[in-house]
Amino acid sequence: MSAAPLFRLAALIKKELLQILRDPSTLIIATLFPVLLMLIFGSGISLDSTVVRLGVFDQDGSPPARRLVETYRHTPGFRVVEGKSTDELSDLLRAGKLQGFVVLDQGLGRQVLTGSRVRPVVQIVTDGAEPNGANFVAAYAQGAFAVWSEQELARRGYGPRSPARAFSLETRAWFNPSTKSRNSLLPGSVTLVMMVVGALLTALVVAREWERGTMEALLTAGVSRFELLVSKLIPYFLLGQVAFTICVLMAHLYFDVPLRGSIGTLYLVGSTFLGGALGMGLLISTLMRNQYNAAQVTLNAAFLPGLMLSGFLFEIRSMPVAIQAVSSIIPARYFVTAMQTVFQAGDVWSVLTPSLIGLGLAAVGFLGVTFFVTRRRLE
Amino acid sequence: MNSGAVASTTALSKQFPGASRAALSEVSLEIRPGVVTGLVGPDGAGKTTLLRILAGLLLPTAGTVRVLGSDPGQDMETLRSSLGYMPQKFGLYEDLTVAENLNLYAELKGLRGKARAETFERLLTFTDLARFTKRLAGQLSGGMKQKLGLACTLLGTPKILLLDEPGVGVDPVSRRELWQMVRELITEGNAVVWSTAYLDEAEACDDVVLLSEGNVLFKGPPRSLHARVEGRVFLLDGASESPRATLRKARRDPASLDGVVQGKSVRLIARAGATLEPTRHGVSSEALLRRVAPRFEDGFIDLLGGVSSAESALAQALAERPRDGRVVIETRALTKKFGDFVAADSISLEVQRGEVFGLLGPNGAGKSTTFKMLCGLLAPTSGEAEVAGVDLRRGRAAARQRLGYMAQKFSLYGHLSIAQNLEFFAGAYALTGKTKKEAIERLVAVFEFGHYLDTKAGELPLGLKQRLALAAAVLHGPEILFLDEPTSGVDPLTRREFWTHINGIVERGVTVLVTTHFMDEAEYCDRIALISQGKTLAIGTPDELKAQAATAELPYPTMEEAFIGLVGRPS
Repeated sequence: MSAAPLFRLAALIKKELLQILRDPSTLIIATLFPVLLMLIFGSGISLDSTVVRLGVFDQDGSPPARRLVETYRHTPGFRVVEGKSTDELSDLLRAGKLQGFVVLDQGLGRQVLTGSRVRPVVQIVTDGAEPNGANFVAAYAQGAFAVWSEQELARRGYGPRSPARAFSLETRAWFNPSTKSRNSLLPGSVTLVMMVVGALLTALVVAREWERGTMEALLTAGVSRFELLVSKLIPYFLLGQVAFTICVLMAHLYFDVPLRGSIGTLYLVGSTFLGGALGMGLLISTLMRNQYNAAQVTLNAAFLPGLMLSGFLFEIRSMPVAIQAVSSIIPARYFVTAMQTVFQAGDVWSVLTPSLIGLGLAAVGFLGVTFFVTRRRLE
Repeated sequence: MNSGAVASTTALSKQFPGASRAALSEVSLEIRPGVVTGLVGPDGAGKTTLLRILAGLLLPTAGTVRVLGSDPGQDMETLRSSLGYMPQKFGLYEDLTVAENLNLYAELKGLRGKARAETFERLLTFTDLARFTKRLAGQLSGGMKQKLGLACTLLGTPKILLLDEPGVGVDPVSRRELWQMVRELITEGNAVVWSTAYLDEAEACDDVVLLSEGNVLFKGPPRSLHARVEGRVFLLDGASESPRATLRKARRDPASLDGVVQGKSVRLIARAGATLEPTRHGVSSEALLRRVAPRFEDGFIDLLGGVSSAESALAQALAERPRDGRVVIETRALTKKFGDFVAADSISLEVQRGEVFGLLGPNGAGKSTTFKMLCGLLAPTSGEAEVAGVDLRRGRAAARQRLGYMAQKFSLYGHLSIAQNLEFFAGAYALTGKTKKEAIERLVAVFEFGHYLDTKAGELPLGLKQRLALAAAVLHGPEILFLDEPTSGVDPLTRREFWTHINGIVERGVTVLVTTHFMDEAEYCDRIALISQGKTLAIGTPDELKAQAATAELPYPTMEEAFIGLVGRPS
């Protein structure tokens, strides 16, 4: 390449940077938006249950039954409300004052002592209208029950190797031992920031050039498509990196999300995805040529799939097969997987490599198509 | 092909996919060096398409185009430094300063080092922008933006300059300066193409290419168009009636080809070989005809075969209102502030029933703000205004029912048909049932929409769009009609038809308020308020304003000269 095009490219990039610095809305979107989004996903939205009000109706009253009630009382996250009848607890559940209740049958103590298993002795009722919450309540209540039965067995002299303990189950969540949903939500939510800064902002700036007639002036001044695209890519790539860094710092330092992978891998993942997002934004604005349409299309083609189909908020494996297939062509999906891996598991290349390939293909694809549909003319 | 031409086209056609007619059909022309070539025509004539093809931004569907010996569609690289193109919206970055804009385009055109410094120096002095280098382009006035756009286009000293409607949105003072700049630029070797919808700009060009709906109607020096009507253009003065009534009667003379109101006179064109005898057709006997020099527009009208009638079917369909000389619009110290900026500064005026009143002023002068306050779209900051007997501070909604409003560029729904548009506007004016049906039927008959009822408004030819916009504004029989630059960018025939209707309904007692920076439209007004920097500079009839601006050097100024004189005068 001769020297002249580099001067021209430098002039175009300088112009773009000046525009970014002059326009407060661009800077606000690139800096304040990541902070707000991280705050929302870090503290506002949580898939964990915090304090569960659990009703208990002890019909038995025997010492083992009382010990079970005490176990519930001492389980972190439960606030036990003792009731006098099933009806009373049902009413409280309906009123939303309880998230679930447990009924201890008469004869619970006797059955524990004799070891007979005639009929269910502990009933757990949860509020199915909130399936997520209901699952947590059931799981915690079962967990507490398991702790209690182990203690009862130990109390009666069964050792760790005794046959009576052969069926005891131990659950442990790997990678996110404290099962804080924040730890997987925050790395995933970076997708939205990258979509807004990478795709939406880029789509708007190119469409703006068409709307204001400056594109015509640039084209007649002999700007090539390479210069045109690269002069948009570089400044917005830098802006995207700023937003990405803000997200990472917020997640790791402010919300204590552990970062088990390396910084290098993190930025490799971020940059590859950003390349695709920028390509998508450029492609949309090249085709739309007006800001309103560009924003609409970007919202539908980039932002919503990033939110719904990337798997950071809604589990892909629980989606219908057809939608799972659709999600496999959404770059955001690979980004979410890669981000969650780098944060929670580390540089696990067996997982990261396929994701990076997917992201790389998306970036090359979008940028390549944009290069070919960009015309030096108005048609 | 003339070897001396800087650019030429041969049988050039352009058809956009999906468009009902060709944007350009078989256009052949030559751009000579050393002169300004005017590309003249109404909106939609194909001016921008032609310029874009010359600049290499569009490819022709058929025919050939040569610019400086190359094909611009193929050799954009080689033409880059020798072709300057200024798009309609200047091609400026509004969030960059004057200097940053210039630097960007200088880099793009490879202008560096000492040569750049010298060029900047020359251009900044030339455009008088040196004081504003640190100002953002978006904060410049329309005229200064246009000058900066021109300066950016001139970097790299192009041999051919393509300017797309540089005179739009620019007040007459700046427009005159722009013309002077372009005149100074012209040398032996380079050429300027100036596109415009203003016919008065055509007079200033050396060569003119007149386009209409993609066809070349005329090419050559504007004088040769004048020659067509030489000796056939007259002014009719001294009639006892209003110029509008005089025009209507004078046009009954079969010898008349065209007529327009010009201040208190009427301008008439006689048919070739015929003699005008207006007094035999009802014009009062004191009226005198005097022969005047033709304008470009007179020749254009002759080329188009003249205007058939000066009778308005719309006026006949309206009820007569008493012309009692009552004041129907009155403002006292009407003021509008946007933050610290005073957009309209104690405007006081009175408009009588049956008057055509014009608000004339440069862009950003405050005429639109005043206009919007009067039609109840904007609440005044202070001052009083009464429109059709309603105090605007209290009953803005009530006043609106008695007003008709026609926005700039016809605010029609492009995807709705004529019938659907009329239906919608009737509903918006709260017409229902039989009244609504009758109102629509009456206007369909008046404007002869019959064949086009189901055509989408966006696909209508300009003339019909203009009719539809007027129909939508008068559906409910308003007392006062507000027109915002009603005929800017339309062809002279459409403009005449429009003013025939307006003159007709004014004769029936409707009051009309017009904003414009279009001098021709100002001539149609009974009285004009000249507004500049938020203040009224002068109020009077067009002839009074001209007399006010008259000087020893310029005893009979045109409306434009009067405007420049009055706005430029230190107050």
